[in-house]
Amino acid sequence: MKARSKRLMLVGGGVALLFAAVALVLSAFQQNLVFFHTPTEVSEGKAPTGKTFRIGGMVEDGSIAREADGITVRFAITDTAKVIPVTYKGTLPDLFKEGKGAVVQGKLEGGVFRATEVLAKHDENYMPPEAAHAVEQAQKAAQTVSQ
Amino acid sequence: MIPELGHFALILALVLSLVQAVVPLVGAHRNSSALMGVGRPAAQGQFFFILFSYVCLTWAFIQSDFSVQLAASNSHSATPLMYKITGVWGNHEGSLLLWAMSLSLWTVAVTVFSRHLPDAFLARVLGVLGWVSAGFISFTLVTSNPFERLLPAVADGRDLNPLLQDPGMIIHPPLLYMGYVGFSVAFAFAIAALLSGRLDAAWARWSRPWTTIAWVFLTAGIAVGSGWAYYELGWGGWWFWDPVENASFMPWLLGTALMHSLAVTEKRGAFRSWTVLLAIGAFSLSLLGTFLVRSGVITSVHAFATDPKRGLYILALLVIVIGFSLLLYAMRANKLMGGGSFGLVSRETSLLANNVLLTVASASVLLGTLYPLFLDALGLGKISVGPPYFEAVFVPLMTPVVVLMAFGPFLRWKDDDLLAEVRRVAPAFVASVAIGVGSAWAVDHLTWRTALGLSLAAWVVLASLQLLARRLGERAGASAGSRLRSITASWWGMWLAHFGIGIFIIGVTMVGSLDRHVDVKMKEGQHAELAGYTFVFRGAVDADGPNYDAARGNIELIRDGRSLGMLTPEKRVYLAQGMPMTEASLDIGVFRDVYVSLGEQLEDGAWIVSLYYKPFISWIWMGCLLMGVGGVFAAADRRYRRLAARDAAAAVGGRAGAAA
Repeated sequence: MKARSKRLMLVGGGVALLFAAVALVLSAFQQNLVFFHTPTEVSEGKAPTGKTFRIGGMVEDGSIAREADGITVRFAITDTAKVIPVTYKGTLPDLFKEGKGAVVQGKLEGGVFRATEVLAKHDENYMPPEAAHAVEQAQKAAQTVSQ
Repeated sequence: MIPELGHFALILALVLSLVQAVVPLVGAHRNSSALMGVGRPAAQGQFFFILFSYVCLTWAFIQSDFSVQLAASNSHSATPLMYKITGVWGNHEGSLLLWAMSLSLWTVAVTVFSRHLPDAFLARVLGVLGWVSAGFISFTLVTSNPFERLLPAVADGRDLNPLLQDPGMIIHPPLLYMGYVGFSVAFAFAIAALLSGRLDAAWARWSRPWTTIAWVFLTAGIAVGSGWAYYELGWGGWWFWDPVENASFMPWLLGTALMHSLAVTEKRGAFRSWTVLLAIGAFSLSLLGTFLVRSGVITSVHAFATDPKRGLYILALLVIVIGFSLLLYAMRANKLMGGGSFGLVSRETSLLANNVLLTVASASVLLGTLYPLFLDALGLGKISVGPPYFEAVFVPLMTPVVVLMAFGPFLRWKDDDLLAEVRRVAPAFVASVAIGVGSAWAVDHLTWRTALGLSLAAWVVLASLQLLARRLGERAGASAGSRLRSITASWWGMWLAHFGIGIFIIGVTMVGSLDRHVDVKMKEGQHAELAGYTFVFRGAVDADGPNYDAARGNIELIRDGRSLGMLTPEKRVYLAQGMPMTEASLDIGVFRDVYVSLGEQLEDGAWIVSLYYKPFISWIWMGCLLMGVGGVFAAADRRYRRLAARDAAAAVGGRAGAAA
């Protein structure tokens, strides 16, 4: 083989490898994006059914209740306009409290959000940006309506 | 008074860093040894003042001087002394000071250990490091002054975030920073070489030990951070693909590529422009990591403060560094052509493939980390990219890397016979697949992922052993001792690090496939079963600490009717901020950890308890340890010192010749 055709093969192989890798990355990316929806969007039916997504807002006061098994928790997430009931099986984060911000990830099943993951804040002053965003959106919408 | 002294010392350090940034570069340009000679004392003086400044800040924490804003927000009079000291970097301002101090320490190390370098080259290296240092010290002084006063002073502080009050946090940040910042040395060497237009094997040889040591620190820092997350966050995971973890993982991937590319440049003179780009890239990713962590754009334990000014400053710094480096690179690219030629089947080719794949892997992490930020910034909606994406990408990208990693060292430089080499390792390859599939079946978890992981691990281990046997067999007839001695430290380093990857893969695969977890509700005297272990709840007692109140659960661990001891997870409430914390309890073993944490207490007095069984998880950290030790071996190779002595002699000879 001549030096030139060797080099061509090397470059060609490298580029093919690169393309294959990029295609892999992009397709994995497409399939695994998790979208975020506010409780208002969910109640308007804008959220996908049967697909994992996130909702965020405040944990509604007085909504946390344990089922008889002690492991399953029911609570509600609100953006001050709409309320979405959530169930979750497992240990809640230390800073999960009523009236505080939280983000949950899971699927919507028959009007109830089945969470597989519950994220709360890391310190007292911190509000998850998604939760803050949801409340802000709802309040903006409320203002527009009252005008 | 003392905080003000610290503040002034930091300003003096900034002045010295500017001197270090300008004078040696001018000296190198004019070929004036007087001006070039300024670099070394300027760097050492700068280190003295930063250290002084750092000690002053620590003093404010130890003395609980709550007229200093930073101490008031991150310390408390009842905080244990150890956490008063580490609290200095458990916040934005202090961690920046630590960043600047690490950089200064690296610079001083360069001035001490690089006496053999030509004066002009060393002057340029110090000049580049001076600019980086000036950028960071001015960032600290302008946007994040750690010595800011709080008047009137508060009676007591708000205490350090309880998550950070842990022994792992004592060493994790300094190690990680030494790694991040260490890549600035590789960067400075690359820029100095571009400035002087001399990118040759000598440059690669000078740069290699520095890059390797920085990589060792980064590896250790990431491993300790991962261990901390595992036992401190209370839910048993060891890696979350959290943006902050990604921020440290990206430079690690590119730094790994850089180490291997430097090897080719040193041995064969090839890949020179690629090596330079990797050096620029690894350092840029370190800066990007600092930006991600410190600007508050992402949500994590590490995001201390949200101040857009700070984010903007680092972003500007990042743009300047990347822009300037690439411009310089473009101007000098014509000098980078050529280098040793190599055949289609050669060690160079295998290292090239490894480099391409590691770079793509790094880019895929970058995409997953930054894309949500971009969408959010453009107002196009909020999304998150979680572990499923990274796992989907990493398994197929890393599989060929690992296969090549074990095969590549069999290939000769320049040119080799593929068929002969493949035939040589074929038995090991077939055996590894058999072992992988067989052991996946034996542990009753025959999925393709488990079988693949275990096969890869077996392949790394078997191929490494074969490589060692072949290396020892090279000098037939020699005594075993002399054969062992003929192997260089850097070869052992490579071998150990690669072997460590094999151990690491075993840990990741086993814990990923076989870990068990259950949440149960337990009252005193009740028991639960998991993975052949029995957990008996013996009640909870009060166990208050110096700055927290706690309830401690007593859970007896029983296996085959024999007690293995008491696990004592705690639920703490730190008093200063009323912040609750879960403190897990572990029974650590070579082949498995048993991990227990307390959830909340229910109204009827029962507790929610999380039980975890984590097979082979220690192997993850054992693998990282081997990689780190391998790096130390590689950097300690005698060759660097021997050739350094030769370079020094040549430099002296050159000078004498010029004088005559």
